[in-house]
Amino acid sequence: MRLRAALAIIGLAAASLAAAPAHAERLIVSVSNHRVTVTPNYSGGELVLFGSVEKDDKTPANRSNYDLVVTVSGPRADMVTRRKERKFGIWINTDSRQFLQVPGYLALFSNRPFDQIASPEVQRRQQLGLNNVLLMQRVGPDYADVVPNDPFRSAFVRLRSEHGLYREATSAVTFLTPTLFRTGIPLPAEVPIGTYNVEIKLFSDGALVTKAETAFEIVKVGFEQFVATTARHNGLVYGLITAFMALMTGWMASIVFRKD
Amino acid sequence: MRPCAEFAANRQEATRVQLYLPIADIPVNVFLILAMGAAVGFVSGMFGIGGGFLMTPLLIFVGIAPAVAVASVASHIAASSFSGAISYWRRRAIDPLLAAVLLIGGTLGTTLGVWTFTFLRSLGQLDLMIALSYVILLTTVGGLMFWEGLRAMLRARGGRPVTLRKPGSHGWIHGLPLKLRFKRSKIYLSVIPVVVVGLAIGFIGAVMGIGGGFILVPLMIYVLRVPTSTVIGTSMVLTLVTMVFATMLHAVTNHLVDAVLALILMVGGVTGAQFGARAGQKIRGEHLRLLLGLLVLAVGIRFAVELVIRPQDLFSIRETGGAPP
Repeated sequence: MRLRAALAIIGLAAASLAAAPAHAERLIVSVSNHRVTVTPNYSGGELVLFGSVEKDDKTPANRSNYDLVVTVSGPRADMVTRRKERKFGIWINTDSRQFLQVPGYLALFSNRPFDQIASPEVQRRQQLGLNNVLLMQRVGPDYADVVPNDPFRSAFVRLRSEHGLYREATSAVTFLTPTLFRTGIPLPAEVPIGTYNVEIKLFSDGALVTKAETAFEIVKVGFEQFVATTARHNGLVYGLITAFMALMTGWMASIVFRKD
Repeated sequence: MRPCAEFAANRQEATRVQLYLPIADIPVNVFLILAMGAAVGFVSGMFGIGGGFLMTPLLIFVGIAPAVAVASVASHIAASSFSGAISYWRRRAIDPLLAAVLLIGGTLGTTLGVWTFTFLRSLGQLDLMIALSYVILLTTVGGLMFWEGLRAMLRARGGRPVTLRKPGSHGWIHGLPLKLRFKRSKIYLSVIPVVVVGLAIGFIGAVMGIGGGFILVPLMIYVLRVPTSTVIGTSMVLTLVTMVFATMLHAVTNHLVDAVLALILMVGGVTGAQFGARAGQKIRGEHLRLLLGLLVLAVGIRFAVELVIRPQDLFSIRETGGAPP
């Protein structure tokens, strides 16, 4: 254990040493809103991420062709993907795969297609694109991610994408000037509440130059959220109130519509 | 500038009728749900049934998760059966002792039902079980009702009097021990079949999100031989208590009762029921049974088709556990 920790520290030191000369650029980023309040009649919206690439004297003078990849990942949760099969003439859930602590929302934006930004190897290491993002699964006794075209993984990504919760857009980041950029972060109506991490990676000539991180939070407010929280934390009180409400509605109806 | 100004700008005016359901976790059109509640209320008022067997499938077809639909409809049925029970109570058409004995079985059945519900949900087979039990129950009951209504209608047309079974003929059910005298219904009957009937209704009510009135009423008439004067009122009391109980249990164990959804359904339902009841009085009994049979059968077949045809998507996702904060 101690050995592993020591190795990790050495590794970290090596990495920072190696990265030091590359830290010629600095990324300055900000989202338009760090705390998004979602009201009950919210039907989707968009956050804006702004940023600029700050050069300093160590930057190679001729470097200007930057590429950016923005990864937004929402609160993590365990999920199960199930597959239906025909058994005895009817369609039933047979096989399933568990996805462990995967983001509830995942968006990857870049200024041009990932394979033009970096080599497949770098894409995989830097988790560029939905095909390369690590989605941990329980495969039998093992914990691993599988190949992108695995039926469960691709179905999972496809279903999340259909709800707008997983997305990939390779032309979403726009450079306003060679160093100033912006991108929109669409948030559909079903966005899960919680903390969202935004990771911005700057590439140049197929290599990672630097990265920056920021975060925002999505909070649902209003009566509906209060109801949801009560239902989860005070099931008994919630049940009592609902039952009482049902009885009151029935009683009111019998008074309003009383004929005799 | 207010923090959500940017969001407000993106929102469209047309979506104002959209309401976000806190537990079902989807936005729905208020008027659609209200109309569904009213339509089902109309049918339930017309036939004197709770209408859960129509409401739950409709909610599922709209896109609400079957589990949430089942749990929320329970409270909706509680409301409609309470307003019904009050008016029957005023007319002294409820047998309190019979209701109490039925309830012993009913509460037990509901507990078992909610427990089974939770168990099936953990297996990932809940939706299938809900669909399967709908198919079996609705096609059987609907088919029987339709057949019975058709025969009654043909007999009426043929000019022959409608022959009900002789009131004196007792089956094996009436030979069971532990007999009790149910005064208001004027019957002398063993408690065993009464408890069993209550148990069955409580169980299917909790698992399928139906009050079970459309099964309970025929069971009480044909099996328990309860006179028609007290049968509907008493069945409503059983429905009321089992559904209140089911609401509570679903809220405590599965956190699946959507109170907002339930309230919209209730308001639509109790209003629709009043107009349905008036419409129902204008239609002849056997026609009513024929229509109800057809309706029940149609819902059952709709579920059967759903199970047999290849689903649009073979895959589905469900969240199993939240992230540690």
